[in-house]
Amino acid sequence: MERSADIPVGNVRVKSMHPKKFAMWLFLITVTMIFVSLTSAYIVKRAEGNWLLIEFPSMFQWTSAIIIISSVSMQMAYIFAKHNNLLGVRASLLGTALLAVAFIVGQFMSWGQLVNQDVFFVGNPAGSFIYVFTGLHVAHLVGGVIFLIIVLINAFRYKVHSKSMVQIEMCATYWHFLGGLWLYLYLFLILNN
Amino acid sequence: MSVADIQVEEHLAHDDHGDHHEQSFISKYIFSTDHKTIAKQFLITGIIWAIIGGALSVIFRLQLGFPEMQLEWLRPILGKWITEGGKLDSEFYLALVTMHGTIMVFFVLTAGLSGTFSNFLIPLQIGARDMASGFMNMLSYWFFFLSSVIMFVSLFLETGPAGGGWTVYPPLSALPQAIAGSGAGMTLWLVSMVFFIASTLLGGINYITTVINMRTEGLSFSRLPLTIWAFFITAVIGLLSFPVLVAAALLLVFDRSFGTSFYLSEIYINGEALPNVGGSPILYQHLFWFLGHPEVYIVILPALGITSEIISTNSRKPIFGYRAMIGSILAIAFLSFIVWAHHMFVTGLNPFLGSIFMFLTLIIAVPSAVKAFNYITTMWKGNIVFTPAMLFSIGLVSFFISGGLTGLFLGNSAVDITLHDTYFVVAHFHLVMGSASFFGLLAGVYHWFPKMFGRMMDERLGYIHFWSTFVGVYLVFFPLHYIGIAGFPRRYYSFTSFDAFSSFADLNSFVSLAAILTFGAQFIFLFNFFFSIYKGRKAPKNPWNSNTLEWTTPELPGHGNWPGAIPKVYRWPYDYSKPGSESDFIPQHIPYSQTPESNLPHEAELAKKEEISQVNESK
Repeated sequence: MERSADIPVGNVRVKSMHPKKFAMWLFLITVTMIFVSLTSAYIVKRAEGNWLLIEFPSMFQWTSAIIIISSVSMQMAYIFAKHNNLLGVRASLLGTALLAVAFIVGQFMSWGQLVNQDVFFVGNPAGSFIYVFTGLHVAHLVGGVIFLIIVLINAFRYKVHSKSMVQIEMCATYWHFLGGLWLYLYLFLILNN
Repeated sequence: MSVADIQVEEHLAHDDHGDHHEQSFISKYIFSTDHKTIAKQFLITGIIWAIIGGALSVIFRLQLGFPEMQLEWLRPILGKWITEGGKLDSEFYLALVTMHGTIMVFFVLTAGLSGTFSNFLIPLQIGARDMASGFMNMLSYWFFFLSSVIMFVSLFLETGPAGGGWTVYPPLSALPQAIAGSGAGMTLWLVSMVFFIASTLLGGINYITTVINMRTEGLSFSRLPLTIWAFFITAVIGLLSFPVLVAAALLLVFDRSFGTSFYLSEIYINGEALPNVGGSPILYQHLFWFLGHPEVYIVILPALGITSEIISTNSRKPIFGYRAMIGSILAIAFLSFIVWAHHMFVTGLNPFLGSIFMFLTLIIAVPSAVKAFNYITTMWKGNIVFTPAMLFSIGLVSFFISGGLTGLFLGNSAVDITLHDTYFVVAHFHLVMGSASFFGLLAGVYHWFPKMFGRMMDERLGYIHFWSTFVGVYLVFFPLHYIGIAGFPRRYYSFTSFDAFSSFADLNSFVSLAAILTFGAQFIFLFNFFFSIYKGRKAPKNPWNSNTLEWTTPELPGHGNWPGAIPKVYRWPYDYSKPGSESDFIPQHIPYSQTPESNLPHEAELAKKEEISQVNESK
């Protein structure tokens, strides 16, 4: 599959985006809109008062670090694929997947930390929102892991290489997006507590 | 500027020249990835929903118009929703209005309209073999189907379907013990909407991708038919607003099923205090109307696009102000996102904020008026051909204006205090959004029926259908303005116990009679539609002498749309009655070099540079 469409306009040929990659970006917009509206709801609700100050789980710092490292490892997989280093692709994709699992476990443990300070899913929305943000983000991350595994399987079938980059590119885009989304949510919570 | 290239979609290109290999019945008519079949699936499903939604409204109109009437004869259909005394159950009345709204807004005018015409016209009018992803397109329909089945099933629940109004405001919708309709019916409503949103987003992503990436050679954005512009912008609005409904619905699900308090705060129900603290029902309204307002433009814009095309074709004149039409679509789309709080003037909104939202709301009148004026000036001194499609388009313009004018009253935060939640609002949106979009849908069906089914619909039945519906719609909705000004609130089961309202009882009976007759008139259309699919006159290739690319396909386009190469585009789609030209229309695929007698000076320049070749399809 080609990286981009070669498109004739008059006598010149211009590059246009691959339709599937384009559709992927549109999908990212919809996910962004969900989180933008939820964080806006958070601001509106907080402004109305009856709010609870919450100490954020220290685990969030660890999971933030993990997701940044996983993004680096994803980018390495992409670079390895570009240089046809199949072993490197497989290793770094596997590494990314393991880091993703570590992230999910970390988020789960952070819920435990919330429960320890008596912030439950049911209760003041200030706490419920944190569960919704993290839970919905992890739901999207699980989708990303499934995508990652598909790419990994294809890497073992010699289908990911410098001439066939669309899938790993899309996967990397989605992965970086999820990382950025988590950092946004964390930063948002810190700034708006 | 990018132009279509099919080679990127290799699997698609392979399948699509496949007239020679036979498809099984299932892959051809049921799990089809062909955009034309999917469009017809959306259309038929939409029609079925329209009958159900219309029938529900007739039932509650019987209650409103004839509150003393014995409804025992409805027992075979409604069962225990008819009380011992032969009356309509009052909670079921709420379910009826809720389901009527939900069905009409989402299932008929969103899925039925965008789903049908975006699917059918985008590839045909931009010169593409199919959508960017046929599979996603198929998935879009089947998600819609699943959502339809769930919503349909909810009609037959023992506790009845959702009853909190189509906007499902909490706390009513969040507390299953509040009314019967907030129980299982509400749960199914939410589940159904999740699939509906998935369907809309899958469809929308496809429409946007297809329009941007797959246009044929020469078809720049400044040569796109206004239909495509409208569908494109509609899909963009949907992409930005439906996820917000997901967020709103998600929090509602948590409140309902997990006991969170996003929308709930210090509530007593049946004398018992609920544990919820700290939530806010207004939060839901903000989230809901951030989708809800763009949603009304999702409903009307495709209808306006269809109308632009039909009015220009049948006036035999170029559309007046092509660029202004595009500009007004863009302006409406932009404004649609920053006016949502005008639905919330009476929620205790800060009056200063109210005045800002009022100001932004009233600005919408400008692009809307641009559109209305352009329709009228397009028809001005045209050689108008009154096909049924044209009549329905003119009807749309009429409703758009008369319903739009009352929007100026309602958008005014001071006037809205008295008019809010009265029948004045009902009259307003039924004209400007409901009937106008419905007429756009009907106009589209009459206009593109020949391309969909290869046969013509009967014109005489079309005229009867138009006049009875057009007059009927005004007879139903015009009196509602007076009823609204008189102070009748929406969604009330009965007004018989209020003396002040008794003088309007006759008017309400009149509205109900008109509604029943108008509903009955739709069966003329249904007969015409289904009869013509099988027995209609065979349609020529281009029955309306129209310019756009879909009319260059065979009478009944097959898989892949064009048997040969895809036509190349050389001009805009509105070269009707061009001075100097012998024919009163010059289709988009005719090069300037073939029409020296009608070329304008700059077009004569273009003609010299023109390269006449087939589109390069390297497959």
